[in-house]
Amino acid sequence: MEQLSLFKSPSRWTVADLTRHLRQLLESNEALQNIWVQGEISNLARPASGHLYFTLKDSAASLRCVMWRSDATRLRLALQDGMAVEVHGGIRVYEPQGQYQLQVDAIRPLGEGALYQEFLRLKALLEAEGLFDPERKRAVPELPRRIGIVTSPSGAALRDMLNTLRRRYPLADVILAASPVQGDEAPPGLVAALQNLNRVAQPDVILLARGGGSIEDLWAFNDERVVRAIVASEAPVITGVGHETDFTLADFAADLRAPTPTAAAELATPVTILDLQAGLTFSTSRLETAIYALFDGQRGLLDSLQSNLRFCSPLRRVQTERQRLDDLSRRGNAAQAHRLALELSQLKGLERRLSALNPMAVLSRGYAVVTDKQNDKIVSSAALVKTGDDLNVRVADGNFDVRVTQ
Amino acid sequence: MSKNADIKPVTELTYEQAFAELEGILSALETEQRPLEETMALFERGQALVKRCAELLDKAEIKVRQLSGEELTSFVESQV
Repeated sequence: MEQLSLFKSPSRWTVADLTRHLRQLLESNEALQNIWVQGEISNLARPASGHLYFTLKDSAASLRCVMWRSDATRLRLALQDGMAVEVHGGIRVYEPQGQYQLQVDAIRPLGEGALYQEFLRLKALLEAEGLFDPERKRAVPELPRRIGIVTSPSGAALRDMLNTLRRRYPLADVILAASPVQGDEAPPGLVAALQNLNRVAQPDVILLARGGGSIEDLWAFNDERVVRAIVASEAPVITGVGHETDFTLADFAADLRAPTPTAAAELATPVTILDLQAGLTFSTSRLETAIYALFDGQRGLLDSLQSNLRFCSPLRRVQTERQRLDDLSRRGNAAQAHRLALELSQLKGLERRLSALNPMAVLSRGYAVVTDKQNDKIVSSAALVKTGDDLNVRVADGNFDVRVTQ
Repeated sequence: MSKNADIKPVTELTYEQAFAELEGILSALETEQRPLEETMALFERGQALVKRCAELLDKAEIKVRQLSGEELTSFVESQV
């Protein structure tokens, strides 16, 4: 109605006002701001500013496009004229030239949209089947004896994983099952590698990985056959498909998902050799603590045994027996007294032999130990003393001091 | 943890076996009363197991093989 009234009574505009009005009309239209447009790239220009300019055309029309440098640097695609693409963005009006254009923030090869639709369809199907259920996920062993790797034998992914395993857990035994990781032969190759690993090598855990790449490069990891082989694997599977943001269907089916091959190798080795070494140090101290506690207990036992032994010493028996002898003598039991006297003398012999072992016993035979009072050293030579020195003499039953007079 | 002939020389044990036996000895020493001689034997066995584990960790080197068909063949990493 408004447009109609505009024609009925023509209003007057400046170019600037009209252009601004058109700009507001187009740019405020939600339907034009979040769109995918298909076409072929032409007139591609890359000035030094880093922005990208091109025209998107099909058989009937053309659309001017601009991609600002901040978006252009994130582009994974090598653009060239003639390329069939889908571009994403919103319609803008460039007022100085009165041109409308598409301000592009993402570009993907034509066909990827269809690929994505297929991805969503398959994901919904497998999800409904329960293949991605959290309850299905198996635990990864803490100390894997054998680690299976399914990847390309010539990629950086394998090198990264082996380096990580070597650094973190060199006790592992690694079995590589090589497979192509992109292209048509990748899905059957990955499936065969997973099956053979499980059947022949029986690993404790499997790393399924490849290095980073474009979505198309990673497409084998969205293949239904690969997803089902992961689910069927005896050993838990950790995926490390090098793509930080996008999940593949293999990631959803895996028991653990890591963003890179290196991170997958880390998840496969939750306990590192450093942890084991620390554990061993702890075990050693436990072992020592246990044995010291035991020694302390035994030492206490030994002390009490020693006092028991003292209680049973022959000296004690000599005294007891002597008393018994006196007692018996009093009672006139001569024969018994004689036997006891004999036993007593044997005991005395025993006592003498015991005391002979005592270094001090020799003193009872008249020897003395002479020490210099100044330094407490034993005087073993006349040359060690001089007139006026104070000495100590120790004999069997005590000691006394003397002074050297000559 | 018996004294029987099933006790292998430590050099024949893998890390996991040696560590599991060490754990058993530790809990026996920490919780059970045994004759001194037996305890000393356990302690010495424990020390030997610690030494074995430490050696295995020190010289651990990852072993990489490749599955080709039904066979495990050696894998030369310079291929990478």
